[in-house]
Amino acid sequence: MNAQTGSSFVNIGERTNVTGSARFKKLILNDDYEAAVEVARQQVENGAQIIDVNMDEGLLDAHHAMTTFLKLIAAEPDIARVPVMIDSSKWSVIEAGLKCVSGKPIVNSISMKEGEEEFLKYARLCMNYGAAIVVMAFDEVGQADTKERKVEICQRAYKLLTGIGFPPEDIIFDPNVFAVATGIEEHDNYGVDFIEATKEITETCPHVHISGGLSNLSFSFRGNEPVRRAMHSIFLYHAIPVGMDMAIVNAGQLDVYDTIDPKLREACEDVILNRAPKDGGNATENLIALAETYRGKDAKAEKEAAEWRSLDVVKRLEYALVKGIDAHIIEDTEEARLLKPRPIEVIEGPLMDGMNVVGDLFGSGKMFLPQVVKSARVMKKAVGHLLPYIEAAKEEGAKGKGKIIMATVKGDVHDIGKNIVGVVLQCNGFEIIDLGVMVPWMDIINAAKEHDADIIGLSGLITPSLDEMVTVAEEMERAGLTIPLLIGGATTSKTHTALRIEPAYSGATIYVLDASRSVGVASNLLSDTLADKFIADTRADYEEVRVARAGKTAKKLTSLVDARENSFAIDMAQKPAAPNKPGLHIYDDWDLNHLRDFIDWTPFFRAWELAGTYPAILTDEVVGESASDLFKDAQKMLDTIIAEKWLTAKAVVGLWRARRQDDDIMVSPDNEEISLPMLRQQVIKRGGKANMCLADFIDTTDDWIGGFAVTTGHGIDEHVQRFEADKDDYNSILLKALADRLAEAFAEAMHQHVRTDLWGYAPDEALDNKALIQEKYSGIRPAPGYPACPDHSLKPTLFDMLNATENTGIELTSSFAMTPTAAVSGFYFAHPQSEYFGVARIDEDQVEDYAKRRGLNMDLAKQYLRPNLND
Amino acid sequence: MTISPADYVRQTTQDRIMVFDGGYGTAIQAYKLSEEDYRGDLDLPMDQKGNNDLLSITKPDIIKAVHMAYLEAGADIIETNSFSATQISMADYGCEHLVRDLNIQSAKLAREAAEEAQAKDGVRRLVAGSIGPTNKTLSLSPDVNDPGFREIDFDYLKGVYREQCDALIEGGVDFLLIETIFDTLNAKCAAMAAKEAGDASGRDVPLMISMTITDMAGRNLSGHTVEGFWNAIRHVKPLTIGLNCSFGADLLRPFLTELSKNADTLIMAYPNAGLPNDLGEYDELPEQTAELISEWTQEGLVNIIGGCCGTTPGHIAAIANRVKGEPVRHIPTLATATRLSGLEPFNMQA
Repeated sequence: MNAQTGSSFVNIGERTNVTGSARFKKLILNDDYEAAVEVARQQVENGAQIIDVNMDEGLLDAHHAMTTFLKLIAAEPDIARVPVMIDSSKWSVIEAGLKCVSGKPIVNSISMKEGEEEFLKYARLCMNYGAAIVVMAFDEVGQADTKERKVEICQRAYKLLTGIGFPPEDIIFDPNVFAVATGIEEHDNYGVDFIEATKEITETCPHVHISGGLSNLSFSFRGNEPVRRAMHSIFLYHAIPVGMDMAIVNAGQLDVYDTIDPKLREACEDVILNRAPKDGGNATENLIALAETYRGKDAKAEKEAAEWRSLDVVKRLEYALVKGIDAHIIEDTEEARLLKPRPIEVIEGPLMDGMNVVGDLFGSGKMFLPQVVKSARVMKKAVGHLLPYIEAAKEEGAKGKGKIIMATVKGDVHDIGKNIVGVVLQCNGFEIIDLGVMVPWMDIINAAKEHDADIIGLSGLITPSLDEMVTVAEEMERAGLTIPLLIGGATTSKTHTALRIEPAYSGATIYVLDASRSVGVASNLLSDTLADKFIADTRADYEEVRVARAGKTAKKLTSLVDARENSFAIDMAQKPAAPNKPGLHIYDDWDLNHLRDFIDWTPFFRAWELAGTYPAILTDEVVGESASDLFKDAQKMLDTIIAEKWLTAKAVVGLWRARRQDDDIMVSPDNEEISLPMLRQQVIKRGGKANMCLADFIDTTDDWIGGFAVTTGHGIDEHVQRFEADKDDYNSILLKALADRLAEAFAEAMHQHVRTDLWGYAPDEALDNKALIQEKYSGIRPAPGYPACPDHSLKPTLFDMLNATENTGIELTSSFAMTPTAAVSGFYFAHPQSEYFGVARIDEDQVEDYAKRRGLNMDLAKQYLRPNLND
Repeated sequence: MTISPADYVRQTTQDRIMVFDGGYGTAIQAYKLSEEDYRGDLDLPMDQKGNNDLLSITKPDIIKAVHMAYLEAGADIIETNSFSATQISMADYGCEHLVRDLNIQSAKLAREAAEEAQAKDGVRRLVAGSIGPTNKTLSLSPDVNDPGFREIDFDYLKGVYREQCDALIEGGVDFLLIETIFDTLNAKCAAMAAKEAGDASGRDVPLMISMTITDMAGRNLSGHTVEGFWNAIRHVKPLTIGLNCSFGADLLRPFLTELSKNADTLIMAYPNAGLPNDLGEYDELPEQTAELISEWTQEGLVNIIGGCCGTTPGHIAAIANRVKGEPVRHIPTLATATRLSGLEPFNMQA
């Protein structure tokens, strides 16, 4: 697990701490280490990235308890996989712990309490044992409370530590989180002191981290969990942007800032930020008064019964499956169970019958993907209800048609398509083992072996995933697997599969165009009678692709020198004026309501495999009804997303000085020039057409360029998890698809904001959504990884210039995919003659030249440019 | 004035792939020694057959001959015959009292051989003091019913390693090679002992560190992935990090790739001659091993290459020959990050 692609926030589990958890303390005092180990396991399962272990309790032999516990968790691979934080105020306990930990742990903590000499002695020992350290803002005088003291102590410690060669990246400062709203006036500014100190420390002490124990903050509200959670969430909301990147916290007990009741949020914010309340009074007293109303809250709605409820239970199940209604599925399933001698017969009987109806309707084109996914949701819930009974009776589960491992490959995070395919296959009786996103090849192969899988299905959306799929195929070959390999996802193709993936793997390798084909392909592959012919036909087909391609290989391209000669002769007289508002512009919380009008709905329907253009699709003869239903559900969810602020739209825009130097764009975000090497078309052009390159749109002196990163994905995980826990694939996929659309809409809206205001070269532009979708505006916003700028690896440079990870929370994976996935980034070119184009194939001469300009070795350059290579 | 051994290795590896030696077990077996041969004229309580480290005292000519064979095959670096010369391992033969002598003699023999070879052809040769993992582990319980139990503790093991390191340094080794690491905590303990021994001697004795993978998922016995292991040991700033023993070169490749990408120091790898057959013998021929290793070198995965179990001077000669002129590995520059680990790596941008 890596957090290295961005300044992401690290949760340190706090449940294995006797000072923080009464339950854990009791277990340790009772010598119940077995149950204590389970506490650690749960923490890791719940997402703790590091676990804090603390045994400082007067009644305990802390030395013994620490070493015993650490040795026990070392024997549990699913706990020991994460680093440990050895937490004690006694050095002897810490050192005993260091002698039991086999990875690289964190020591929590050391300080200058006993003076510099002791401090450095312990720091040296930590360095020799190989541990990172938490340094408390504590010196000979005492614990730092004010901002000035916190900063002074941390800076002094930093200087001392780096002076003895301690790696600065292994230093974590804890500037002390203290309780606020205690009623004591001197405590009122403690929140502000911490936040401001954090900012200054991270600015003056490069590479360090800032951590803190959050539970202190809300100490005055013991027993009132809603208020404590709100306080912690709000505190982090303000501390993270200024540099706090770790905290000891129960990750499951944080709220999303925007979902906190605004009244409570404001009252907490007044206390934490030490503000005078808007409506008068005292911040602490206001919060104490308000807190009383938050002790326990509950509400739930009821639903109406419809006519079909009077049918017999088998019919009701079928109806619910075909219509995708899950309101009564549990009670109906239970009723059916009581009628059957064995619970498995409910699955094999009415449920499978119902799904067969769904499968037939889908197969014959009378039902469409959105409905099938809803049906699957109903089926999953029904099966989920029956499983415990089946297991209790020690019966075998329903025999599936075959087991399929599905995964989005390493470096890629996109999973809408994969999830849809998984659901459709499940509906058709296949057992799906979904390994999720960013799955390394080793896990895929291990899972295939462990589950004795019949098929492996790989998915990916961005171009670097194509290489990763080849790697998976190669490793499957090395591992001696022979089961079929299915390839799918937006950038995959039959050509790529035939040329690169199939030759790497001797088992059947098959490209699957979309979810509806996946059933046919999987059924053929696992059929006793059809498989051989199907595989042979596919192989022959791919061989043809290769032969045809081989004939074409030496496609003649213009030399780079000649292509540059034929560059686009742009008219610099039309160059737009300098931006009104140069520099960085950060938007923390853009109004989602505003984005709604910018949504381009056509791709939304395409994601659900409904063909047609919006709005005509809603009245389409074939898919109209399905599209309308889907659109209705989408609008409803969009209402909720906006009303309940499920998602937060964050963006950063930069407008910088730039100049062109050959095919490089030289950008000056600050005093330093950064080069953005661009690629030029090398296909032979006729009729006076130019060999385009994005650099052509920039003047050789005194010009400007923009960059942007927008996301609407913050907050989505919580809701996706909620849907998935509820076995509700339909709403999960719907939400992801909507978030993607909102991100694209945000990119569109932001571009307009740039044209009319930030850059302001088109202040009077008046274009409606349709005109925007048709790109009628002046200027372009090409994105790295897309046709005009195909190298995904430019993204880190763009992100650096924008400080995008810090400013928007978007991170990049090892293959340069963005997380959250609902995100768009790119460059702004303002010249009215700038236009979108595709670089297409380039020759070896440009690859070499580009490698040099980018400072890459040839192998890496070829890897990045693989889809554009002329071979 | 000659440059330090570490600088010599750093410089040379910029120009070519350096060669390490091969297995000693197979070579010693070929002499078909009897218990009396092992024992020599020492008065020892237990059966000594198989106590290969003892031969440094009782049959020094044989050990030196094996060293010479590897040096002549093209090895730049050889290791001392001291893999098991610790209090823990020597207890199996009742030879605890000989530990210091064994290490000093082993170091001297290797040193002599290296100097003779160097005098012959003018190519500089270096000696690495071999430090095995012992047969006890700090991370695992030998009792399945009591997972918190440990046979030894850190301080005891550190003392054991310290004795070996002190003696190897006294005998004149250039480097200390902590090898065949199946337990990462043992290795951290050994590295700490080695650093302290180096400091006490007043000499700079750089460390070479080599992990062994025990399962096909790419983990050692204590459960660490190669990157998890690297994060755990990176603080000792080793001259080389790498993999040895494990399986053959073919199966080791993906794990070596992972390490090579993530380690900002030199990589040394010395695999077995494939997997043993049913009789525990290694069948892979020198050319086969060399062929598999050239797959690594062509990908630029290693700086120093040698052999482990089942490899012979013939294998090393074939490897040395094969890697001549192959591309050298460039040490990657890594972004500043806090590199923690449990069994798996956890990296935070910093």
